[in-house]
Amino acid sequence: MTILIIAEHDNSSLKEITLNTITAATQIGGDIDLLIAGEDCAAAAEAAAKISGVTRVLVADQACYNGQLAENMAALIMSMASNYSHILAPSTANGKNVLPRVAAKLDVSVLSDIISVESPDTFKRSIYAGNIIATLQSLDPIKLLTVRGTSFSPAEQNGSAFIKVVDGAFDEALSLFINNDSVVNERPELTSAKIVISGGRGMQNGENFSMLEKVADKVGAAVGATRAAVDAGFVPNDMQVGQTGKIVAPDLYIAVGISGAIQHLAGMKESKVIVAINKDPEAPIFQVADYGIVSDLFDTLPELENAL
Amino acid sequence: MKILIMVKRVTDPNVTIRPNMDSSNVDLTNVKMAMNPFCEIATEEAIRLKEAGIASEVIVLSIGDKQSQDQIRTSLAMGADRGILIETDATLEPLNIAKLAAKVIEEEEIDLVLLGKQSSDKDNNQTGQMLAAIKDWGQATFASKLYISNEKATVTREVDTGLQTIELTLPAIVTCDLRLNTPRFASLPNIMKAKRKPLVIKPIEEFGLDLTPRFKMLNVESPQVREAGDILGSVDELLEKLKTTEGVL
Repeated sequence: MTILIIAEHDNSSLKEITLNTITAATQIGGDIDLLIAGEDCAAAAEAAAKISGVTRVLVADQACYNGQLAENMAALIMSMASNYSHILAPSTANGKNVLPRVAAKLDVSVLSDIISVESPDTFKRSIYAGNIIATLQSLDPIKLLTVRGTSFSPAEQNGSAFIKVVDGAFDEALSLFINNDSVVNERPELTSAKIVISGGRGMQNGENFSMLEKVADKVGAAVGATRAAVDAGFVPNDMQVGQTGKIVAPDLYIAVGISGAIQHLAGMKESKVIVAINKDPEAPIFQVADYGIVSDLFDTLPELENAL
Repeated sequence: MKILIMVKRVTDPNVTIRPNMDSSNVDLTNVKMAMNPFCEIATEEAIRLKEAGIASEVIVLSIGDKQSQDQIRTSLAMGADRGILIETDATLEPLNIAKLAAKVIEEEEIDLVLLGKQSSDKDNNQTGQMLAAIKDWGQATFASKLYISNEKATVTREVDTGLQTIELTLPAIVTCDLRLNTPRFASLPNIMKAKRKPLVIKPIEEFGLDLTPRFKMLNVESPQVREAGDILGSVDELLEKLKTTEGVL
């Protein structure tokens, strides 16, 4: 068996979720090739070569891979797909965008967002907003999987993989990258942070999220939000934690002014320790929280900031 | 410009689903059903394009059991022009849904397909991308803004680091994210009117496709339930627990 992994990176560095995906591949077994496709992505490739368990790093460095457009990425992956028994991608916006396109071109299925590897052809995934765990066996000749990062530990970084340049620019000319409007964020990434503090509708407005940020900065936490807070325009979409947003599983998750809709719980209930701060003692979030404080968050957040 | 929207009948997102007796599948007996919320957003966007004079016709397609007519009627009541149901009692995988949709696109000469980014039941997040691949069209997933002009679609996508804007040449596939719009409620007169809009039911066999499943469900189970913990009286008590008992601070 040989496994191809599509790396998540920003050309200059590798995203942590790539390491989790490599661990999933290691559990399947076999040689692992890691594809870095981008523009001016040599630095990301250097970082990739250091990951333990990776046999080869394949670098496709072309202008047409800027922005990781699905059409061009899929054409590139198709050019090498026949060499592999499995193709994996992290369950990120990029991975979810590209892999199903590759699958349909290969006439195979994808198992999305797997949470465990049972055997080389059998995997578990979560459905119905996290209320059901399904065990699924793939009958396809090539298995395509996206991997939930929080379900696998990150691979070590003391390897020395061979870097191979992949020639050819697959420009399908179906789409054009215009720009990225990235949120500049000095805090840790939500999906890999050890501590996450999130706010919901109870925060009342975007300005009040600064109260969460002050607490976050005292303990090196990432800041998240519920769908309600994002929909209300309090904070940008990349902060959304939940079934249709980001899945997080930090050591400590602090839910502030969050009622605990099942769609939100689906994104954070694997956290090691959950703390809820809410003035409504009946809020469903208290049913999953290890520790709760029934109080007005506008009193408790400054108190927490001062005590840390 | 003709738009195809795809809608899916799913379990109501607020209902907790459990395994059946022998854990071979989920128990959907008497569970309340609804339109997938992302499909409502796709419907709304298509209707807005028609109201803006950009789209000439909005066709709604669903692939599912007989009751999926309810969801097609909901789309029609919101403002879609006519419906197509490909009827099957089988649970089809996204690849097969995409293959069937591709056939409809060929028959109807569609310029733009709008569909939800994922369904709230299975969370596959695949159908739009697969359909784009089969048609060899451009794709924009997770759309939060859509602008059509001169045979091009400019789409702002919700990605992990914020927003990405791309431009597609039509025909193309766009999958809708939460912030694209707020779907309207159908008015009572429009619900009545929708009952008279055309809805064609096609048996799945008519398409002559090999729709063999590509994976086998071996088992379903409920996840481990978290126990409710302790309600604490103060921030100091909380920090003590987090530092000493849990060691996470």
